[in-house]
Amino acid sequence: MKEIRICAGGACVAAGEFAVKGALVKALKDKGLLSEYKIIETGCMGMCSRGPFMVIDDVVYSQLNQSAVKEIVEKHLVGGQIVDKYLMKTPEGKTVEKAFKEHDFYKKQVKIVTRNLGIINPKNIDDYIERDGYKALEKVLKEMKPEEVIEEIKKSGLRGRGGAGFPTGLKWEFAAKQKSDTKYMVCNADEGDPGAFMDRAVLEGDPHAVLEGMAIAAYAIGAKKGFIYVRAEYPMAIERLRTAIKQAKERRFLGENILETDFSFDIEIRIGAGAFVCGEETALMASIMGERGQPRVRPPYPVEKGLWGKPTVINNVETLANIAWIIRNGWQEFRKYGTEKSPGTKVFALAGKVKNTGLVEVPLGITLRELIFDIGGGVPNGKKLKAVQTGGPSGGVIPASKIDTPIDYESLTALGTIMGSGGVIVLDEDDCMVDVAKFFLEFTVNESCGKCTPCREGTRTMYEILDRITKGEGTMEDIDTLEELAVVVKETSLCGLGQTAPNPVLTTLRYFRDEYIAHVKEKICPAKKCRDLISYVIDPDKCTGCTACKIVCPTKAIEGELNKVHVIHQDLCIRCGSCMDVCRFDAIYKVTPPLKVDTKV
Amino acid sequence: MVEIENKEEKFRELEKYMEEVNYDPSMLINILHKAQEIFLWLPQEVMEFIAEKLKIPKSRVRGVVTFYNFFSTKPVGKIQIKVCLGTACYVKGGDKVMERFLDELGLENPGDVTPDGMFSVHDVRCVGACSMAPVVLIGEGDFYGRMSPDKVPRLVKKYKKIAEEMKAGGKA
Ligand SMILES: Cc1cc2nc3c(=O)[nH]c(=O)nc-3n(C[C@H](O)[C@H](O)[C@H](O)COP(=O)(O)O)c2cc1C
Ligand code: SF4
Ligand code: SF4
Ligand code: FES
Ligand code: FES
Repeated sequence: MKEIRICAGGACVAAGEFAVKGALVKALKDKGLLSEYKIIETGCMGMCSRGPFMVIDDVVYSQLNQSAVKEIVEKHLVGGQIVDKYLMKTPEGKTVEKAFKEHDFYKKQVKIVTRNLGIINPKNIDDYIERDGYKALEKVLKEMKPEEVIEEIKKSGLRGRGGAGFPTGLKWEFAAKQKSDTKYMVCNADEGDPGAFMDRAVLEGDPHAVLEGMAIAAYAIGAKKGFIYVRAEYPMAIERLRTAIKQAKERRFLGENILETDFSFDIEIRIGAGAFVCGEETALMASIMGERGQPRVRPPYPVEKGLWGKPTVINNVETLANIAWIIRNGWQEFRKYGTEKSPGTKVFALAGKVKNTGLVEVPLGITLRELIFDIGGGVPNGKKLKAVQTGGPSGGVIPASKIDTPIDYESLTALGTIMGSGGVIVLDEDDCMVDVAKFFLEFTVNESCGKCTPCREGTRTMYEILDRITKGEGTMEDIDTLEELAVVVKETSLCGLGQTAPNPVLTTLRYFRDEYIAHVKEKICPAKKCRDLISYVIDPDKCTGCTACKIVCPTKAIEGELNKVHVIHQDLCIRCGSCMDVCRFDAIYKVTPPLKVDTKV
Repeated sequence: MVEIENKEEKFRELEKYMEEVNYDPSMLINILHKAQEIFLWLPQEVMEFIAEKLKIPKSRVRGVVTFYNFFSTKPVGKIQIKVCLGTACYVKGGDKVMERFLDELGLENPGDVTPDGMFSVHDVRCVGACSMAPVVLIGEGDFYGRMSPDKVPRLVKKYKKIAEEMKAGGKA
């Protein structure tokens, strides 16, 4: 039977995958072709901004809707002709047929963690098995001793993908050496970085890869019980995991006496409840036990005293999704990718001001330039790249001048940011760096669990200073205080949340101090973002008097008659920007410093 | 005090779930999720009910509920509008979308409910669809990507109509 794949990843489902599938089934039925094709609903195909996707014989159709699908069935399946207008295009506008092989977005990618995404149906364990699924588990259980598994992972050099980059094999070894009748294996699927979706894509697109990784880890350390801690914001991931666990149990890849061996291992799902700090491992354990997710001092580390006081290994989703591949292909093969100290690949969620947003897996050590320009296609709308934010609220910004830096744990740390879990937000000239720092600080103020003073009070004071600066009320002393506080919070907070919270401030101060000074001394926002420092203005030469802005303005701040030049009353304008969004004639622009309130322009 | 509709039925459903998980106190968070799914928010008497059934102090339930952002101790609208303010959505103007929703519904702050009890607006931090930023979720999972403030009034109109129908249909 011939196969048609459609992407049922999170973004594509949101973009209307369900309707597309319905239209496909209907069109096939109408043409009497339904029995000839197998429709496979896969996980994320990568370029989420162009979904929904459909793939027929390697030909990739994008941005589909119901009528497009009908047309493709008629022309491609019946007529044997590729329908150009739904193909993907290069940034130069050239169409590409076999986009997953030919489009720049995909060319530099190496698929280890995402090996099955876009290919298999995550709801069907047979699809996973067909692609060598659970072979690594079988090999481990039947041919390898736990020490040998650990040795293999150690040699591979795999480092934790949850942020800190701790060597996975070493962590397992510590846990394996603990003498205890009960041990736990935990998968951290909290994905707290608010702008990242790598773990979500893996959980939804290939849940068995995570389960297999967990089972192998459990065998290596001697655990019989496992937990997956998933954030509540991912209901589809939770559902797919439930299905996967059920199927794996039926096939005896989980449960009692796995594959007729002495090894037993069971997995339970625990759902988070919207607290960023619960991604931190000691807080996560408290939350799994049904308590407030407050971190505690380490040591003791979870490998010594974890869940219910027992040795516990906690690994990130992506870390675990690497495991079966490494066991099957060997550590040497894994080390062919990446760098000496950061072997393998990393999955990134590319978002923000970049043309091709979506999910990418690349060998570690490639440069940010390759990631953003070659793969991401650069910044849209002819704007200039300003900075790249990595590591979410725990990370920092990297200025455009440093984008030839290779992406590895050490290089990013040297720049003042962190690898983090893989969120990459591209920022352009319209983004204000003080505002970005404020955004993240607001997040940490809300998310600080409040247990220790430097984090609770320090981040709040830092936020207040940033708020003042963005309003044009800051002083030069404020900048100094901010810098001093940042260091104190970093050095004296109890857990990783507080220890990394100042990074957005420290990096923006390091690379964009001028921008802070402009806000303070000249009361301007050079990026024209900070609301209190700008005004919206209508250019009388460009305004056609179409009234669109007047209609959309929520405060009725715009006056003008049809076909006559419109004006904005500055005293009524709340600077929401709605008018600028709707003006089709580019007649509205922003100025900084702001105009006096009584001016009409 | 807010009246809970179909109270007994809802409590029965909750208890059934607690039974399924063997009244295990370590399942507290999952139980609270279930409770919120049933009641839409977590009234005092629901928290007390859970504490009693799990044989744990009320203060522990309350402590957990207040710790986690996901749980609400005050009523929410029948139709909830969730505006993503994760990083990707923020840099693409999610904050302005949020403001416009509040404005159109005459609400002061996120979390407030319209006087008729039909709408509330909430901020969420990344729903994992960042490539469609800015993102808004409405009601049972209607998804709107690539939002902008000027699209808000039309959406509000659409859902106000749905709200009217719900009221007329006796569902509210
Ligand atoms: C505030 C904070 C949030 C974190 N959030 C996550 C997260 O969402 N996902 C994750 O895997 N690790 C997160 N971590 C890192 C974990 O504490 C832990 O190091 C990781 O799960 C270990 O797995 P790995 O070695 O496989 O990376 C977070 C750490 C801190 C301090
Ligand atoms: S650093 Fe912040 S989040 Fe961490 S324990 Fe202290 S207060 Fe809580
Ligand atoms: S939308 Fe633009 S062109 Fe139309 S009236 Fe407003 S400023 Fe003028
Ligand atoms: S969800 Fe379909 S391409 Fe990412
Ligand atoms: S930041 Fe809004 S969906 Fe990720």
